[in-house]
Amino acid sequence: MEHLTNENVEKLKVLAAEIRRNVVKTVYHAGAGHLGGPMSAIDILTALYFEVMTIDHDNPAWEERDRFVLSKGHSAIALYSTLAERGYFPKEELHTFDEIDSRLQAHPDMNLLPGLDMSTGSLGQGISAAVGMALGAKLKQQSFRTYCMIGDGESQEGQVWEAADIAVKYNLDNLTVILDYNHLQQYGWKGTEGRTREIPVFSPSSRWGAFGFHVISIDGHDFKQIVKALRDAQRISGKPTIIVAHTVKGKGVNYMENNYLWHSKIPTDQELALALTELQGGNVQ
Amino acid sequence: MSQMTTSPQFVSMRDVFGDKLLELSKRDPRVFALDGDLANSTKLDKVAENNESKFLQMGIAEQNMLGVAAGLASVGLQPWVCSFAAFIVKRAFDQIVVSIAQPKMNVKMIGAYSGLLNGCTGKTHQSLEDLAIMRTQPGMVVLAPADSVELRQMMEYANQYDGPVYIRVARDSYPDLFDEQSYRFQVGKGVTLVSGTDVTIISTGTQTSRCLEAVELLKQEGISAELLHLPSVKPLDAEAIIASARKTGVVVTAEEHSIYGGLSSSVAEVLVENFPVPMERIGVQDRNSESGSNSALLNKYGLTAEHVAEKARKVIARK
Repeated sequence: MEHLTNENVEKLKVLAAEIRRNVVKTVYHAGAGHLGGPMSAIDILTALYFEVMTIDHDNPAWEERDRFVLSKGHSAIALYSTLAERGYFPKEELHTFDEIDSRLQAHPDMNLLPGLDMSTGSLGQGISAAVGMALGAKLKQQSFRTYCMIGDGESQEGQVWEAADIAVKYNLDNLTVILDYNHLQQYGWKGTEGRTREIPVFSPSSRWGAFGFHVISIDGHDFKQIVKALRDAQRISGKPTIIVAHTVKGKGVNYMENNYLWHSKIPTDQELALALTELQGGNVQ
Repeated sequence: MSQMTTSPQFVSMRDVFGDKLLELSKRDPRVFALDGDLANSTKLDKVAENNESKFLQMGIAEQNMLGVAAGLASVGLQPWVCSFAAFIVKRAFDQIVVSIAQPKMNVKMIGAYSGLLNGCTGKTHQSLEDLAIMRTQPGMVVLAPADSVELRQMMEYANQYDGPVYIRVARDSYPDLFDEQSYRFQVGKGVTLVSGTDVTIISTGTQTSRCLEAVELLKQEGISAELLHLPSVKPLDAEAIIASARKTGVVVTAEEHSIYGGLSSSVAEVLVENFPVPMERIGVQDRNSESGSNSALLNKYGLTAEHVAEKARKVIARK
């Protein structure tokens, strides 16, 4: 379907709210993990896994599947919650997050959990692997696409730009990079409105454009814009696409939004109750 | 020893590497060569010029190169990443850990210009730590060939094996020690090149050829040295190390590498835990190196056959 109907948007909103609820509950239960970054990424993950990507959760190793790499690996819980919602593994397993012997490691381990296409965790590395996957598809003449989500703070790593160079050099039009542009990182450079505002990556659209990417800018919480951008990227020929997704760190929970302290803070009982109430029934946007 | 050649020829290790990888790239559709803009030094240019579609230029960006290799491996290809050992191992180590070793990717890493002798380019380009660094990674196979026969066989092994392999390759020419027909490289196995009773010399990589000369020097003095070559630094042949130490009672290790963390540390760990004996270590001591000719470097940093013989005499005196 080319454009989302309002009905489909509502369906995705409900799914994203459920994924967010499970993220908050999991981090609360584990007493560890990240919240801000995962919450900003969830609408994009929901669109990818429930609307755009060609995948089969019953056959996670299917060779022709689209690939997804979470380069900002510290948002692992957002991906786990999305995969569980999509049926890759039982949702009850989210309770094992970050525990010893768990398949749900603090950062994604592809050898443990089916459905993960790449292990990540040290920033800047996932995008290189995604470039390798997209290049591999070309070399093997396979038609799958590779999607990679990067963070704006992560974009301070030089490796991101090394990867960008190679993606353009090899004309990887089967690669879509999504920048989760939430303007906040763990501590960052102090800006005028808090820890960081515009600082994490300078002028991402013009910068990626200068590297030779096709650039699309969207509101990263508007499902119609997200899905349209991901589909538009599929039609771009001869170069990779970056979707600069303007997002809100901590999206969906009022007290977390745009507050750098919620990068990896654990909610109290009261905060958990408040978050779950706010996320009730898909009332996110 | 029947596995050794009777007519040693000097053969260029990097040429052999390039030729063998060209052969593998023509034979195996999974094999691709990744270059960090050093192909004419490392001899990866043999693939670039004779099988262009299997050559991928990644530019002077080793961190990304290792990550791209991980991505290629994840979709079923077998990338062979080649750069100077100093850059591939040290500059891109976090990428090797997270993107390759932890997910057990089928990536082959070739550290060219390894060790001390790297064409007068000095300490920034030498790699005296690669064995130490790479062996810290669970599941990583770490290999150092003594000659071109062994290098070819290691590359054949790496091609067949599904997992990360690091091979350090020397820049220069070395005498072939092994007989192509009878020698068979086996991962995790050592090779007793000379049997002896007074002292065990354990070496790896191209240092083995200098140890072979040392054995001859010692023989002239009536000292019977055993030479155990360990082409596989990880997995390590603990059995062979213990058996030889049990036989001679003293050990000298020798490697073109720092004395910290590489072969000598590996051997010391095995002996301390199983059969402690007096031990001396040949390698670059705790100091920075510099640029210079091969002979000048070997002399100054204590890696010549004479240095090995001297350590052997010293350790025998400690019996």
